[in-house]
Formats: sequence, structure tokens, C-alpha cells
Amino acid sequence: MSDLRELYQQVILDHNKNPRNYHEMADATSTVEGYNPLCGDHYTVFLKMEGPTIRDVSFTGSGCAISKASASVMSATLKGKSKDEAEQLFDTFHRLVTGDASGLSAADLGRLAAFSGVSEFPARVKCATLAWHTLRSALEGKGEKVTTE
Amino acid sequence: MSTVAAQPTTVYDVERIRRDFPILGRTVRGKRLVYLDNAATTQKPQAVIDRLVRYYTEENSNVHRGVHYLSELATAEYENARVYVQSFLNARSEKEIVFTRGTTESINLVAQTWARTNVREGDEVLISAIEHHSNIVPWQMLCGEKRATLRVIPVADNGELLIDEYERMLNPRVKIVAVGHASNALGTINPIQRMAAAAHAHGAVILVDGAQGVPHMRVDVQDLGVDFYAFSGHKVYGPTGIGVLWGRESILDAMPPWQGGGDMILSVSFEKTTYNALPYKFEAGTPDIAGVVGLAAALEYVSNIGLDAIGAYEHEVQQYASKRLLELDGIRLIGTAREKASVISFVLEGVHPHDIGTILDQEGIAIRTGHHCAQPLMMRFNVPATGRASFGLYNTREEADALVAGLRKVIEVFR
Repeated sequence: MSDLRELYQQVILDHNKNPRNYHEMADATSTVEGYNPLCGDHYTVFLKMEGPTIRDVSFTGSGCAISKASASVMSATLKGKSKDEAEQLFDTFHRLVTGDASGLSAADLGRLAAFSGVSEFPARVKCATLAWHTLRSALEGKGEKVTTE
Repeated sequence: MSTVAAQPTTVYDVERIRRDFPILGRTVRGKRLVYLDNAATTQKPQAVIDRLVRYYTEENSNVHRGVHYLSELATAEYENARVYVQSFLNARSEKEIVFTRGTTESINLVAQTWARTNVREGDEVLISAIEHHSNIVPWQMLCGEKRATLRVIPVADNGELLIDEYERMLNPRVKIVAVGHASNALGTINPIQRMAAAAHAHGAVILVDGAQGVPHMRVDVQDLGVDFYAFSGHKVYGPTGIGVLWGRESILDAMPPWQGGGDMILSVSFEKTTYNALPYKFEAGTPDIAGVVGLAAALEYVSNIGLDAIGAYEHEVQQYASKRLLELDGIRLIGTAREKASVISFVLEGVHPHDIGTILDQEGIAIRTGHHCAQPLMMRFNVPATGRASFGLYNTREEADALVAGLRKVIEVFR
């Protein structure tokens, strides 16, 4: 059970049950769909930029607890951040869930730290990163559907 | 054709059977393996493993070519396997047995040869709402090319096909009906005899995807009255990469070849090639010889236990597991057909199947989670995915209990 508690930390269970920023956004500047065809996780990420700043992030869709909590935490973390900061957080998050967290401090991670258990479950890395990949595509203005398979 | 035959006369000794499967003795994540993903692939008995080793150790050579001893030996073993498959399916002739890479390739073969020849613009192809992608996409590709229409036999809420509706859909434009014998996602066993008779009454041929049929019940292709029957070796305790297409000789004979190459020809010049006779016409290139002899060993293994005994035993375990699962709060079984193979699809309220799969895996329990290569079916039942426990001839009631205990842990984590 200990690995499982590591994976399904309280923060994740909470965000899964009560996802933050879980709604559509009529005035989004960019909207991108993210899809994992293997497990059927499917999200839409809405992004509102003001110059280089992320003014608002929201999402809709469905998937497993890891993917939903990740989207929720991401949306809460990125509001007010610059595009560069968001890219950096993506990198930090990616390193965390793929087990390459050396040199990452608690301050770097903030509430992303709840996903530290994912690295013990390689099959779940793509769940944790789906929303982030989708967001990055939105940030880059690609506007195309993202898949993590 | 029925799943549940009379009780076998001898006792079904599952513990003895389990000892035939070396992998069942291993642990996973420190727990005893509980393998409930048999609809994805089955484990292999020692007899099949030994047969593959013996082939490569003592018999390996190419078939239908050399005059030397080993080539004759390999050819004899390969062709004996074909005769074994013929009798296993009660086919009329061994010429009707074509070896393929699996069910998917068998279906594609029919779509690309029989159907490309016989389906024209405006014609119809019927499949069902509960098909695996492998029995959807080849027909979509064909219909796209031929400007034919793909029509879908609807399914009732319990997972049974609406057979009256199917019979109404049949008309002279329908050239082929392609349906599964048993659904990999729901377990539903389709009334193939009735469906075949109705298809024939309207001049259509019928192909059956038997990937989930052969492992669970005795299949007699003549008794079923179908025209094509496809199955995979690895789902019936045989090797991966080998499968069978059975087709009626007269129909296979009239079909153009599919892949070109060695073995499928009688003579080749740059001006003209004369194709080989059945079944070699459809077996271009060096086949998976080891796979074929391994498949025959697997079919012999299940035949020795008896398909009726296997079906009856699995049915009993499935019924027990279903009953135990229903003790859990918030569980819903998807697919409750009256005639059902040992597949249980379920959803647990408030927990995504993927999370269920991860938590069960920590307990050493292997189930499938996801859409089971049947996305249209998931949409029909309005679920993104399900958990699926599929039972094989070696699974026990105790393993069903372990599944229920594992799901209680899932509930504990999430509620």
C-alpha cells in the first residue's frame, strides 16, 4: 500500500474529486484538445494569454485520477505565470514524474510535489503529463490535437 | 452450438491444470500472480513451450522446399498441424485451413480478396455494434474504397445484439456480414447459427471473428453454417503471431490471392505467374512454422481437457465472480447477456478504470483497463473505458475472491 499512497497522495485525490478551474472558457485565446487513445483520457485545455502572461487556464474532459488531478493542479499553478515560467514548470514537472528530480527543490516544485510518486509507475507518466503537453501546444499556438501515445 | 454443455463426467481438476502453466507459479510485485487478462492473451502450457523448443532444437528447416530430411520433417509437422486444425474446427478439408498472423490478418485477407472482388458501389457490409476494431476497420477501409455502406447491427442494453433488427437490415445489397463469435469487451455470445442462416437467405456470406470463441467453446464450422471463421493462436494458449482463417473451399477457391511471393505460386515467369492451389495460394513467404506446430500443440492441449468441460468450468467461475463483484458498492457490470463467455466488464462509481488497474497491479492482479479496442462500444454504453476481468481455463474462484478484495482496496483509496 505504501507505493500506492505515494501515488495517490491526498492532494491528487482531492483535485480528482474537486477539480479546480474545471470549466470551459468563452474568451480563451487558445483551445487545444489532449487525448490518450490507449486509456481514453480526453481533455480540452483553455488558455487566455495577455501578452506573454497567462491570464487564465481552465480545462474540461475526463480521465483517470492522475490525469485529472494533474490538469487541475496545473491550471491552478500557471495562472499569472509568464510563458517562459510555464515552460520551466513543464520541464520541472516532467523531470519529477520521470524520476529525474535531482536538484529540484521543494520551492521549485510547490504543489507539483504531490506527483512525485508517479515516477514509480512508468505506465502512468503519460497520464500525468497529458494536460501539460496539451498546454504546451496551446502556448505554442499550434492549436492541434495532442496525443500522448 | 452452446457454451454451457452438460457437466463433464470427470472432475475438472483446476489445480492440476494450473501446474501445466509455469508462469502461474511466479509472483508479481511480491504477490502471487492472479492473471485475469485472458481475453487479451492467454498464458502458455508447458506442452506448447516444449513443442516450440523441440521444433527449434530438432526439426527446424524451411517447408515445401528442400528434398533433405529436415525439410521433409518440418513440412510434415507443418501439414500435420493443418490437419489437426481441420479436425479441431470440423472443417471438410485441410485445404480450407489458411495460416495467418492472427485474427486481424485473417479478416483483412477476406476484406482484401473476397470483398474487394464481390463488394461494389452501393453494396452494404454489416458488422455489429460490439465488434473489436479488427472487425471494424478492415471493412471501413473496404467500404471507403468501394463506395459501399457499412451498417451496424445495434445492441441492447444488456449487451445482446438486436437480432430481429439484424434480420430486418438484411437485403440483397448486403454482400457480407462480419460478426464476432463472442465479444471481447462484454462476453456476449452471438447466435451465429441463426445469423448465418439469415445472411444466406439474403444471399450474403458471413464471416465470424472467433478470437473469443475458440478459447471458450467447441467450434464446428459446418454446424455453425458460416463461410469464414478466423481465430488467433495466442488467445487459445498457443504462441503469438499465428492464427487461422477457415473458409469454405468453393469460396476460397474463387478468391484472388492476397500477398504475392514464394510458396503461393506454381510457376513464375516475368510474363505470367500461375498461382498455387489452396491453401498455399494464401500463404506467401516462409510461414511461422514454429507458430503453427505450437498452435497445434495448444489445440491438442485444450482438446485433451475438452472444450465443453472448459466452457462449463469457466462459466461457473464467471457466474461466481459476477455475483461476488455485485457485493461491491457502486459497481456496474457492462454486458449481462444470457449467453456469455467468461468476460466481465465493469465500472466502479467515482474511480476511473485506469486507476483500478494500477491498484490491482500492486496486488499482483492483472486485468485489462481501457476501451478494449472497441471504442464505438464504449460510446454506446456511455463509458470512456471499463475494467475487464477475463477468465481462462486455469482461473479459480479464489482468484475471483482476490479480485474482489483488490477492488475493496481501490474503494478504500478513493473514498
